[in-house]
Amino acid sequence: MSDKNKSTAHNDSRRNFLRQSSALTALAIAPQAVLKAAEGKMDEKIAGYFEKMPLSIEVNGKMHQLSVEPRVTLLDLLREQLHLTGSKKGCDHGQCGACTVHVNGSRINSCLSLAVMNEGKKITTIEGLAQGDKLHPMQEAFIKHDGFQCGYCTPGQIMSAIACIKEGHANSEAEIREYMSGNICRCGAYPNIVDAIVEVKNAGGKL
Amino acid sequence: MEKQFFFDADTPDPDRVDGRAKVTGSARYFAEYTLPDMTYGVLVTSPVTKGRIKALDTKAAEKAPGVIAVLSHLNKPSVPGYEAPPAEGRGPGMRIFYTDKIYFNGQPVALVVADSFERATYAATLVRAQYEKEEFRTDFDANLDKAVAPRAPGAAEYKRGNIDAYKNAEVQLESEYFIPTEMHNPMELHGILAHWESPEKVIMYAKTQGVKATQQTVTNLFKLQAQNVQVFSEFVGGAFGIALRTWPHEVATVMAAKMVGKPVKLVLTREQMFTMVGYRPQAKQKLGMGATKAGILTGITHEAIGQTATYDEFTEGIVNMTKFMYACPNVNTRYKVLPLDVCVPIWMRGPGEATGAFALESAMDEMAYRLGIDPVEFRIRNYAETDPQRNQPFSSKYVKEAYQMGADKIGWSKRNPVPGSMKNGDWQVGYGMSTGVFTAGRGGATVRAVISDDGMLLLQSAVSDIGPGTGTAMVKIASDLMGMPFEKIRFELGNSSLPPAPSQGGSSTLSTVGSAVNDACLALQEQLAILAGQKTFAGKTKQDIVFSNGRIGLKNEPASAIGYAELLRQNNTPAVEVTKDSRQGEAARKYSIYSFSIHFVEVNVHPATGVVKVTKIVSVGDAGTIVSAKTAASQMIGGAVGGIGMALTEEAIMDHRFGRYVNHNFADYHVPVHADVPHVESLFINKPDPIINPMGAKGMGEIALIGFSAAVANAVFHATGKRIRSLPITPDKILQTKAV
Repeated sequence: MSDKNKSTAHNDSRRNFLRQSSALTALAIAPQAVLKAAEGKMDEKIAGYFEKMPLSIEVNGKMHQLSVEPRVTLLDLLREQLHLTGSKKGCDHGQCGACTVHVNGSRINSCLSLAVMNEGKKITTIEGLAQGDKLHPMQEAFIKHDGFQCGYCTPGQIMSAIACIKEGHANSEAEIREYMSGNICRCGAYPNIVDAIVEVKNAGGKL
Repeated sequence: MEKQFFFDADTPDPDRVDGRAKVTGSARYFAEYTLPDMTYGVLVTSPVTKGRIKALDTKAAEKAPGVIAVLSHLNKPSVPGYEAPPAEGRGPGMRIFYTDKIYFNGQPVALVVADSFERATYAATLVRAQYEKEEFRTDFDANLDKAVAPRAPGAAEYKRGNIDAYKNAEVQLESEYFIPTEMHNPMELHGILAHWESPEKVIMYAKTQGVKATQQTVTNLFKLQAQNVQVFSEFVGGAFGIALRTWPHEVATVMAAKMVGKPVKLVLTREQMFTMVGYRPQAKQKLGMGATKAGILTGITHEAIGQTATYDEFTEGIVNMTKFMYACPNVNTRYKVLPLDVCVPIWMRGPGEATGAFALESAMDEMAYRLGIDPVEFRIRNYAETDPQRNQPFSSKYVKEAYQMGADKIGWSKRNPVPGSMKNGDWQVGYGMSTGVFTAGRGGATVRAVISDDGMLLLQSAVSDIGPGTGTAMVKIASDLMGMPFEKIRFELGNSSLPPAPSQGGSSTLSTVGSAVNDACLALQEQLAILAGQKTFAGKTKQDIVFSNGRIGLKNEPASAIGYAELLRQNNTPAVEVTKDSRQGEAARKYSIYSFSIHFVEVNVHPATGVVKVTKIVSVGDAGTIVSAKTAASQMIGGAVGGIGMALTEEAIMDHRFGRYVNHNFADYHVPVHADVPHVESLFINKPDPIINPMGAKGMGEIALIGFSAAVANAVFHATGKRIRSLPITPDKILQTKAV
């Protein structure tokens, strides 16, 4: 789906929503009830109920047809609604990288992306890396090199590490350090993470 | 016997037992549990630093979509524990939503509960509060004269020999040091999920370093039966000290859950992490040091003032290390606290000792250069063979070996010792070193061990694992003793219903809980021997029996060995269970038990820009037996990384016109990132301490960081001839300081 088509889809659904909701409102609420509703902020409650947008999104190979508030971030959608809690919230401001996921193959901070911006896109989270019991090589390497302590930044580090190699930014330890600097690890496992990435890069396998 | 199990063990260095859960995203932290009908809490905080709430309008918030309740001091449910008078000697304490008083900027004034996180967040913006403002004090430097002796007993003064003896020394030094407020900033945001299953029973998924401590606090506050207060904390996303107490917002969430009759989940924002969960308090220190021209210390005076809050007193061991690290006949220390209108501090990794070590180990370096003696040699000339503070032997101390090991590894002797003499292209190159020390504690803990006829060993204890790899170390201890592979052993933690264990803090978990695992395994061995004795081993003594490869057998008689599972089945016993409490004996009191660390670093300093890069790190741990080599190395690496932040980047900056932090996020408060951290060599002495515990293992969480910042400052001096006594060592300080 091209970007142009996507935005048309958004507008259509938005218009449909407005049409539907005003029709419902007109049918359901008599003048006195409207007055009462306004006083009790019922209108806001009703709006709250209908202020949702349809969203088709593929997460770890599974299609989801959802209805979400436009202010919900991709990260909160994953964690709170889809219960994919592997992606972590560390700052909610795109400053720590704990929420890193792949969108159409590129790494992004999912806390900086509204869920509805990802219409029709393919999301891969840490939960989507392993093939059944077989871990992704980067997951194996993180375990082998002890690339973590508390484990909280780990999903983001791993998602970022895979993208770092795919982007061609893992040609030296210095380059890896630079291109992994958006992923903070407060336990300080950095040297071990770099070792893990070097090993996976040198193995040259498909990621 | 310990020797047999810990040095003959030929098992390969194991991976973390929870590694798979952590790399697949299946490890669940507190905010990742979902309860039916769960609601979300969001805090409204005070923009005022001191005063009282005059009016609070929550109507608009209450009417917002999805809002279930707005909790504040106006409608809070009763908390019996808050009715009691405050604890003696610590200030009134923070009784959340119990009064209209404001003690610090960012203090919660209301908690909005809604059916979604977004709705609660929006509704929180609708709460309107009016405040009666009072004059406040947050400026540490401007209020130093208001520092007072702490109320905590024994914290204020220490003296050995003559006071201020350094003033009569042949060579004298007087220097002042400053460290700013540092934020723990673990990657996981703090918070809690609380649910009242009945009016008498509450369960909590918490971010805590002590499930038993959280249980105790909530039990006391709400006057409940302890068994009706359950705390779960299986995975903790780092803490470094912030989760050593139950914070007001946790109590508020428990109150809110009671009020709405539904589970309430509250997760702080990163900004709130700067004002609600403590910090390493800023401190000013003065070191007076005197020595003979031959480099023998004659007197040290160490004075420190640390920040605390007006409503609660916090003290830490800033001056502790100075009392015993070096064999100096005259030592005196003075410690004061300065209460300000701020959130109360909490121990941060290495706590006060890391603050103090920056001053002491910087001063040792200054004095060494003044005397013209190598900094390592100067320390060795003043080496304390026994503890000069308590006049008793150290349980074990291999610091001389550690100096040698670290110096060899980094190539200390190959450097040109003249400050400002070494170059790498445009960069100035410098080497620095320092010492760290922390009490190697051992408390009491209980472990239950159950071996079943399916061949599995289950170990249980109510300890937390904030990241060091507690589960892994415990499984390793059991694996060595029982001769069982890792896959057959499970260590269950993070649940207040399990046998009691202390909070994870102060580098004491491995020592304390590991000892209980050790003792439980020995008790299990006895039980298995009894079972076996009934059929096979009649008349044999304990010394004749070995436990290896998952089997019990007679020494030198391999044919006698029988697998544990088979033994149980033969005896129609589904499982054997033992529960052992373990704590340090009286005999240990005759020894001073410490872990030590030595840090060597190489830095590059750019003379035009003042940028400092740490380019090499060698940290040596003298922490007794190393139980789990891989996780131990990661502990030391992590401490070094924290030390880089302390030395070069970390500083919480407050705008004193408002009493508010201005850099309360990861973009402005700089913790080290990948690009700041070189390869770290972590080495260990790895010799057992004969006193502390059956494993001979001492903790290393704190020593990994203690002293590190001084090593960096000392290396910066060697590179540039500039002595920076105020952390962090930012480029402006390099450029503004004159070389000596």
